[in-house]
Amino acid sequence: MTTTEQVEADQQAGVVIDAAGLHYRDLNRRVRELVAAGETALTLRNVRGQRYIGDGLTGKDVRITIHGVPGGDLAAFMDGPTLEVFGNGQDAACNTMNDGRVIIHGHAGDALGYGMRGGSLFVRGDAGYRVGIHMKAYKTQIPAVVIGGCVGDFFGEYMAGGMLVVLGLDRKPGQRLVGGYLASGIHGGEIFLRATPDALPRAPYLSSEPVSADGLKALTPRLRAFADAFRLDADELLAGPFTRLTPISHRPFAAKYAPA
Amino acid sequence: MSTSYIPPEFRWTNDTETCCRCKRCIKQCGWGALRWEHRVVADQQACVGCHRCEVFCPESCITVLPNPTFYRPNANWTLRHRKNVYRQAESGGVLLTGMGADQDFPVLFDSLFLDACQVTNPSIDPLREPMELRTYLGRKPEQVEVAVAADGRVSLKTPLAPNYQLAFPIIFSPMSYGSISLTAQKSLAMAAEALGILWNTGEGGLHEQVKPYAHCAVVQCASGRFGVNVEYLHAGAAVEIKIGQGAKPGIGGHLPGEKVTADVSTTRMIPLGSDAISPAPQHDIYSIEDLRQLIFALKEAVDYQKPVGVKIAAVHNVAAIASGIVRAGADYVYLDGVRGGTGAAPSVIRDNLGIPIELAIAAVDQRLREEGIRNQASLIAAGSIRSSADMAKAIALGADAVAIGTAALLSLGCTLCQKCYTGRCSWGITTQDPELTRRIDPVWGAERVANLVHAWAAELEEMLGAMGVNAVESLRGSRERLRAVGLDDRTLAILGVKPAGVGA
Ligand code: SF4
Ligand code: SF4
Ligand code: SF4
Repeated sequence: MTTTEQVEADQQAGVVIDAAGLHYRDLNRRVRELVAAGETALTLRNVRGQRYIGDGLTGKDVRITIHGVPGGDLAAFMDGPTLEVFGNGQDAACNTMNDGRVIIHGHAGDALGYGMRGGSLFVRGDAGYRVGIHMKAYKTQIPAVVIGGCVGDFFGEYMAGGMLVVLGLDRKPGQRLVGGYLASGIHGGEIFLRATPDALPRAPYLSSEPVSADGLKALTPRLRAFADAFRLDADELLAGPFTRLTPISHRPFAAKYAPA
Repeated sequence: MSTSYIPPEFRWTNDTETCCRCKRCIKQCGWGALRWEHRVVADQQACVGCHRCEVFCPESCITVLPNPTFYRPNANWTLRHRKNVYRQAESGGVLLTGMGADQDFPVLFDSLFLDACQVTNPSIDPLREPMELRTYLGRKPEQVEVAVAADGRVSLKTPLAPNYQLAFPIIFSPMSYGSISLTAQKSLAMAAEALGILWNTGEGGLHEQVKPYAHCAVVQCASGRFGVNVEYLHAGAAVEIKIGQGAKPGIGGHLPGEKVTADVSTTRMIPLGSDAISPAPQHDIYSIEDLRQLIFALKEAVDYQKPVGVKIAAVHNVAAIASGIVRAGADYVYLDGVRGGTGAAPSVIRDNLGIPIELAIAAVDQRLREEGIRNQASLIAAGSIRSSADMAKAIALGADAVAIGTAALLSLGCTLCQKCYTGRCSWGITTQDPELTRRIDPVWGAERVANLVHAWAAELEEMLGAMGVNAVESLRGSRERLRAVGLDDRTLAILGVKPAGVGA
């Protein structure tokens, strides 16, 4: 690295915190204090399972780079910042996130994007069970979760809005793109899976069709951003094939009840 | 449509002699049960017996009675069972209902009697002497350390966890905008502010119009996360994770799409007209450890500045569950008993699942004491607190405060017709129809609700005075001040109460 490159890298890194041995309460308090004091670039090194990084944090221009494995509830209730994780993520990342960007250069756990209402979560590798459940959309807020690898059961359960994408990159032989009970209870939003409809499980509450030109239009900017984040070839990803899944009804349980 | 086999539940009549033909009753009926055909004609099937028309008839000429129609009595196949079978044969649906269980459940409060002072111990006259009803909601320290400065001044060394100061040991139970009207919710919010107590958003977000009252609101975070964002969490006085509700333990909330009006959708931050589904399972919580993770996610989000509580339905294993909740870091546990109210619940659930609040309070309080963690969380009891006496007994059994829902709605005019789930409430409470909701003027509503709380508080003071104590604190968990009549030994043991007739 030349000196100028070094200076630039340091500027990008901003304030560096060595998280080794820090309790999450202390780590997060420091992050909150620095952001409150106007810092916009933070780098956390040696993160080893500390929970709640970025929890409730606000500020669109805040950017936090995380080296290591952040603990659960990364970016919970977050509203605006960008978090980039060089490592794996754990459970419940982006829980009820309102806005912001979370990029995970590895695998991530269960219940990602629970009740998420805006912003995006990109995971380069695989993700666990119940990803993107209760996802919502509200006016111009349309959240997106893009999983580079494969996901487990109950993907998109109770989904009420937003976009879920699974790409199946680096799929191992025999590995399923999505698990069972796909999108049960879904009543809004759309799911894009990189596969042909006949290769996917069917469900009576889901309409599944090969992606249309319109669908591709919605998907394209998200996929380009995903490709950018991980230095992948966007056109190759966009080549598909994609299946678009949407709920048959916005009122799945309307007929179940009767007046007493 | 084929004929319904279910006889009308009510018989609407008016005295045509005195009727001034003003047609006011027709307008007042939210269910459209009345129409004009040269005189007022009732669709008896449609009348739900809410009595709105009766109250507003200028001539007082309306009578709404139970339909006296006579079916052969059968103590086993009660008319209720028969009607439900007809209904389900007609619809094939899960039967919905509103408000709390209306069955003849044993109410243990009614078998409990409070103590009073006579001769050997003096009572206190609350008219003359100060009575302390102030109650603090939140975690209390194990012990406190103080520092004494050189000049003799004493200061507290132990950092205190956030506590919310209530002027009375009463708060309003969670009722979302959506399940109740904004005018009803605003009435509660304004009353809470005036009283120095808390109201609760339920799982419906915070509408612009009640944001000025957020500083005295408990903001709920339930499985559907409706309206939950950082601003909402920061706005409230306390944050509550809703796990369950007494009227429907194990069953979630479900606001049907037709009730998701433009305004409701904005407050919940969901699309217009889509179902607002908040299922019972919080699928990020499968253990006490997971609950702890969410409790602390919320505490981190509010920077540990406010209490975070957990609301559960009182179920069989309530004591162990409550203990886990306290260990998970909750600052209060809200217990909702089987008789608790709801805007909509399957009647089979409402009337069969859960346990009475009296037993739950006693079991939880006892367990937390035995484990030495009672100080770590406040206990709120709800599930049909009908009077100041119920409140006093709940506190004596071990609750820090009670939450009232149905009683607060009754003070706004509700007559317990149980048809809340239809969204047509004539009293403007459980409806979103602007024609109906404007029947409640929040200023008027707040005054009535505040009157109720003031009256109960005054009665509580009278009871405390009679017992010779001058602070509600002294009654809390003081089961020695309770005696029971007609309860079996096992129940007495669980309640920790002696039978009446047994002295100290
Ligand atoms: S409100 Fe009373 S007086 Fe007026 S039309 Fe109805 S029944 Fe007659
Ligand atoms: S207002 Fe109530 S009591 Fe009167 S007819 Fe309508 S439903 Fe019946
Ligand atoms: S709130 Fe309205 S609909 Fe519900 S029980 Fe009371 S009067 Fe009836």
